Amino acid sequence: MRIEIPGEEYMVSGHLACPGCGAALSMRFALKALGGKIIVVLPACCWSIIAGPFPYSSLKVPIVHVAFETGGATGAGVKAALEMQGDTETTVVVWAGDGGTFDIGLQSLSGAAERNDDFIYVCYDNEAYMNTGMQRSSATPYLSWTTTTPANQPKENPKKDIMEIMAAHRIPYAATATIAYPEDFIRKLQQANSTRGFKFIHVLSPCPPGWRIDPELSIKISRLAVQSKIFPLYEVEGGEKYTMNFEPKGILVDEYIRLQGRFSHLSEGEIELIQENVDKEWNRLRKKAGG
Amino acid sequence: MKKVLTGNQAVAHGVLLSRAEVISAYPITPQTTIVENLAELCADGILEAKFLRVESEHSALASIIGASMVGARTFTATSSQGLALMHEMLHWAAGSRLPIVMANVNRALGAPWNIWNDQTDSLSQRDTGWIQLYCENNQEVLDTVIQAYMIAEEVYIPVMVVLDAFFLSHTSEPVEIPEGGEVDKFLPKYHARYKCDVNDPHSFNLMVSPEYYQEFRYKIQYAMEEAKKVAKRVDDLFAKSFGRGYGPIEGHLCDDAEVILVTTGTVTSTSRGTIARMRERGVKVGLLKIKMFRPFPREEVKEALRGAQKVAVIDRNISFGCGGIFGHEIKATLCDEEKRPQVFDFVTGLGGRDVTPSLITEIIEYTCQNERPEGEIIWAGMRG
Ligand SMILES: Cc1ncc(C[n+]2csc(CCOP(=O)(O)OP(=O)(O)O)c2C)c(N)n1
Ligand code: SF4
Ligand SMILES: [Mg+2]
Repeated sequence: MRIEIPGEEYMVSGHLACPGCGAALSMRFALKALGGKIIVVLPACCWSIIAGPFPYSSLKVPIVHVAFETGGATGAGVKAALEMQGDTETTVVVWAGDGGTFDIGLQSLSGAAERNDDFIYVCYDNEAYMNTGMQRSSATPYLSWTTTTPANQPKENPKKDIMEIMAAHRIPYAATATIAYPEDFIRKLQQANSTRGFKFIHVLSPCPPGWRIDPELSIKISRLAVQSKIFPLYEVEGGEKYTMNFEPKGILVDEYIRLQGRFSHLSEGEIELIQENVDKEWNRLRKKAGG
Repeated sequence: MKKVLTGNQAVAHGVLLSRAEVISAYPITPQTTIVENLAELCADGILEAKFLRVESEHSALASIIGASMVGARTFTATSSQGLALMHEMLHWAAGSRLPIVMANVNRALGAPWNIWNDQTDSLSQRDTGWIQLYCENNQEVLDTVIQAYMIAEEVYIPVMVVLDAFFLSHTSEPVEIPEGGEVDKFLPKYHARYKCDVNDPHSFNLMVSPEYYQEFRYKIQYAMEEAKKVAKRVDDLFAKSFGRGYGPIEGHLCDDAEVILVTTGTVTSTSRGTIARMRERGVKVGLLKIKMFRPFPREEVKEALRGAQKVAVIDRNISFGCGGIFGHEIKATLCDEEKRPQVFDFVTGLGGRDVTPSLITEIIEYTCQNERPEGEIIWAGMRG
């Protein structure tokens, strides 16, 4: 199935993202998918800056900037008020970074998911705290460099599996996406928008300065993340029904990793270790999808 | 209609009569029965509101900040550790200029654990930009919740209604409950002047540079000063509609008093009796009750204390390394008066220790007998 990408633009020039910012592209596609009748709830993250300094805004939809760890709670409150006003048409979208989702905001996210509050939570994942200058988060990949995990002591722990955490909440809909597959991303947002209850979209968003990549490589790297099985595209309905959306064809993680300065300190052996972990995780996921 | 209500039930009745639309709260002793009461009222459809059962106080306030942004009338309640956990969001609510109303049951903060009455929880939130109103009895609690919405919705500053742990929260008193229809006339449905609206998209709370930020703060301070006038007008209107008014302060037998006792919360009620008895003995003592702590009613306090030689402040709180918080507030207020009374600051009643009539008598006698206090703080009611 092919979906036309809607022509309408809700994100305008003058925004403050770096060239090649995956987070900016993710927002642009998301707004195209969801249309103008949305309220964006924005916890502290790079997007707090990208959206534009006072008194400007780079989005044509209303934005509520909120404290870092409050995405889940604020989304619930906005939705509750709309319901009290009889407004069933406006979609509430929480738009948070990986830090605001995997780490400091996990509690309020879990609260909203467990209550099955009716809004869409999008985590754009650039795999570190970029707003504050590339510190590690629990979404940072194994052995990656960040400013708090220097090359001689890179991240020792694997990336937290946020999708499994969300699936364990048995929410109606959770999906992964990337900007390299915009039709897939848009379809998933639209499916989320037509589903009642709590929806979670996890979108990988390359960050050129943070990942130490050339800005023009953001989309290529997003594609390689999927093709190398590092970031599988899949959906989980009701926490149980797993659907794989893309069947990768034999691309190794090496190809993904070599393009990125944040991995430049890795030895052959370490890359092999990452490959092993990726294969293991892929097989685990395939099993859940019945493959 | 008169009913026997605990302070917490009075809060819930106030919220019911004010027709809050989104409520979010998290249980903590001694606030818990407020949450339970409101959850029940919503479940039974008596109060038509969304009740969000959040996973923390931080989320309680965060969620009603979201709801208030969209233009709903909102409510939350907490106490002590819960209020401390909310701290960041207290700033966020005030900075967002949202007319949120919250009840805080004054309880001691840990460590060590203590669930009893103490004002340090709310007073240590004094610089967050919330109006703070301290109540003396359960009638005042109910009336103040209703007034709080009217004040908040006019000046766009959130209001904290404060009541003493157990002495009010869990103590039953007869309370006159206003007729719903009358309250609706006094406090009509809330229509937000500014709100987050898809048909008129704006961006709220985005990054503000040094060129603008200071003016945002100036406007909050300006609104706080306005709030003094608004609160008086609301109280007068309330008195006209329901026959009860309170004022930001209440002076009692102050005119000819040589010593004036300054109190807040339930210590005020206890002091009323003590002062009556001391007056019978010929002691020229008066009482100043402070209801409004933020904005601080500076002019009214000066006026009330003008004739006195000495002022004895009872502080059920402490700012470590400094002193009692009301005491310091009073000293700062009096500093530019030509003829200043001597201020005695008594710290007592912490963590729920009783402030009894005999302790209050001792405090007044000490003030009468001494030219000046022995130090910045006089610790009263210490274990022998
Ligand atoms: C309570 C609190 N702690 C810390 C911060 C500072 N802070 C702002 S954004 C941010 C990192 C955001 O990381 P993420 O959510 O991954 O978004 P990104 O900036 O990477 O887009 C931090 C640490 C804050 N605003 N609030
Ligand atoms: S630092 Fe990274 S995430 Fe932030 S704006 Fe720049 S490219 Fe985007
Ligand atoms: Mg990030």
